[in-house]
Amino acid sequence: MPETDSATRTPEQNAWDIAATVCDPEIPVLTVADLGILRNVELLEDNDAGTAPAVRVTITPTYSGCPAMDAIRDDLKTAFQREGYPSVDVELVLSPAWTTDWMSEAGKAKLEQYGIAPPSGHSNAVRHAGPIRLSLAVKCPQCSSLNTKELTRFGSTSCKALYVCQDCKEPFDYFKVL
Amino acid sequence: MSTAPETEETKETKETEETAGHGDLSVGVKAASGSGEATASATRITPGNALRPEDIALAVRRGTAKPSEDVAEFALRLGDDALILAQRLGHWISRAPELEEDIALGNIALDQLGHARSFLSYAGGLDGRSEDDLAYFRREPEFRSVEIFEIPNGDFAVTIARQFVVSYYQYELYRRLTGSTDATLAGIAAKAVKEVDYHRDHSAQWVLRLALGTDESREKMIHGFKVIWPYVDELFRDDELTARLAGSGAAVEPSSLRADFDRLTGAVLAEAELEVPNVQPAPGGGRKGLHSEHLGYLLAEMQVLAREYPGASW
Repeated sequence: MPETDSATRTPEQNAWDIAATVCDPEIPVLTVADLGILRNVELLEDNDAGTAPAVRVTITPTYSGCPAMDAIRDDLKTAFQREGYPSVDVELVLSPAWTTDWMSEAGKAKLEQYGIAPPSGHSNAVRHAGPIRLSLAVKCPQCSSLNTKELTRFGSTSCKALYVCQDCKEPFDYFKVL
Repeated sequence: MSTAPETEETKETKETEETAGHGDLSVGVKAASGSGEATASATRITPGNALRPEDIALAVRRGTAKPSEDVAEFALRLGDDALILAQRLGHWISRAPELEEDIALGNIALDQLGHARSFLSYAGGLDGRSEDDLAYFRREPEFRSVEIFEIPNGDFAVTIARQFVVSYYQYELYRRLTGSTDATLAGIAAKAVKEVDYHRDHSAQWVLRLALGTDESREKMIHGFKVIWPYVDELFRDDELTARLAGSGAAVEPSSLRADFDRLTGAVLAEAELEVPNVQPAPGGGRKGLHSEHLGYLLAEMQVLAREYPGASW
């Protein structure tokens, strides 16, 4: 996308920016844009003169049973209503399925700073049907040690696994590759 | 989602904000007590507020037709499988051998419930029934899940044996359904297959750990597979419906998954120094609504609240 000043931004870009202020309730340092779950922001045709156009936001869930989606939907509506858009339609699409590959580099850096190890590598669920995979070392977000151990692959939320660092002894969350 | 409920909801939001001035929270309270939308889900906070699999199904098939009768029946089968498994796994929360396992099995149950909601919403799209109508207000003979999902949890090793079998089965099934000619089935499967991959790993790790652990854990793992294996065959049985769906490219014949299932589970069993139990397959009639005596008890527990308080919301 070409570089634009705030003055020359299109209404669509402004609407995207509004949507991009919404954060994941479970990982408040990450916006929906950082996570890559914000897929599209569309302004629909004006039917009444003088009112802001209706907005259609498309998001894609991280996990099928992720309860944060409800909160994100509410927050998106609130964010737009605060900016004067009265009608907001949040649409959820399953396809293409979300993958951690869509997470922005800035988002990964913020995650690490927040104390959650960002996903490393790419999902191979569909590409590779072999037996059991060798898992790569996950770096401790506190002391950067690679001497870490998985305590449980299913952690505090669907998207995270619980690790412990064997050097600094601190437990930490790891954002699983999906 | 049509524009009509959206407008209504926006109006509701405004009204509440003016009168109560509490922002979002009061919206939820007011809307929940105020309106009784026919398809309201028992698990959502306010009508039109939570993101429902109905919305998913509607959104995914926006502009296209409803599921065909065959596809709806197929989605019902997969939805019921996942729903019953989610209910069974949820029972482990607070009962697993360690806290991490409570969480792991709870997480897996949540994934399964997510799949069930998507499949059931889509299945209900045929005749306008909601996921809750299908989950809470159908009787036992109307469920289409196969027997392996409803058999009791047993001890931890029995549950792990079942998880091992069903996650390898679901993985193969969803992997193929990603290529379905039915876009919604393909979308749900593409989402689910990546999650089931983690379930597969989880159960395989436990099979290895238990089978290669102490004498007692090995005995229990062997016993677990002996309990579970009679129900494996039913997962891979073809019938007229799957034949028609395979013909149209919307689904695959379950029997065509068997070779890969056997190869992949066989590899793990060999590593765990276990043999495939030599047992007679159970007759099984879940796809026709003929269930074991266990499903009734499970449904009674799962459905009691929704039936006692129809339209309850929390």
